[in-house]
Amino acid sequence: MKLKILAFGITKEVVGGRQLEIEIREGVATEDLRGFLLEKYPAFQKLATFAIAVNNEYSQENTLLKEADEIALIPPVSGG
Amino acid sequence: MDIQLLDQALQSQSCIDFVASGDVGGIAVFIGTVRNCTKGKPVLRLDFEAYEPMAVSELKKIAIQAKEQFKVQKIAIHHRVGSLEIGEMAVVIAASAPHRDAAFEACRFAIDTLKQTVPIWKKEIFENGEVWVAAHP
Repeated sequence: MKLKILAFGITKEVVGGRQLEIEIREGVATEDLRGFLLEKYPAFQKLATFAIAVNNEYSQENTLLKEADEIALIPPVSGG
Repeated sequence: MDIQLLDQALQSQSCIDFVASGDVGGIAVFIGTVRNCTKGKPVLRLDFEAYEPMAVSELKKIAIQAKEQFKVQKIAIHHRVGSLEIGEMAVVIAASAPHRDAAFEACRFAIDTLKQTVPIWKKEIFENGEVWVAAHP
């Protein structure tokens, strides 16, 4: 399935744009996406952390992802 | 509650006016401003970016929790996005309550939690480079 992923903050620099589309097997969970990204973009390993949001909520690592989900990469936040 | 992301100068009075009412005896306001340096290095400006729908949703959660936990009557949180000059207001939080303890505590809770959970990021712009705050350990 195709997953469309929004990139924010420093993750835009890591993935080379505001949005990224990947092809990945069905039935993946957030932790699988994390693993995929860490391998494809080693620069992610240099970040303090990054969270993954699904449909505007911080995702649990075992949440299953669907093609229609809005997925976003959330590097360490620094508002305020 | 009054939760807004704005790409123009914040109006602290607007937040105060929102939370003011005859039922309250205290209004606490926190304003986050752009400082001119970080670790001794002069900062030219800050660029703020937000994942807007989720930022608004997380700010609403904070406001709801603040109201439940501290029994404040009203809360307003306005946050800037875009480029901010030194001295500009990046965030205004106002909370009102019958007595001052709840207002102070809610205001403190709101800014402390915002800094942990809300998907907003600031980039420091220096003379010779740019850094996303807190991105690297």
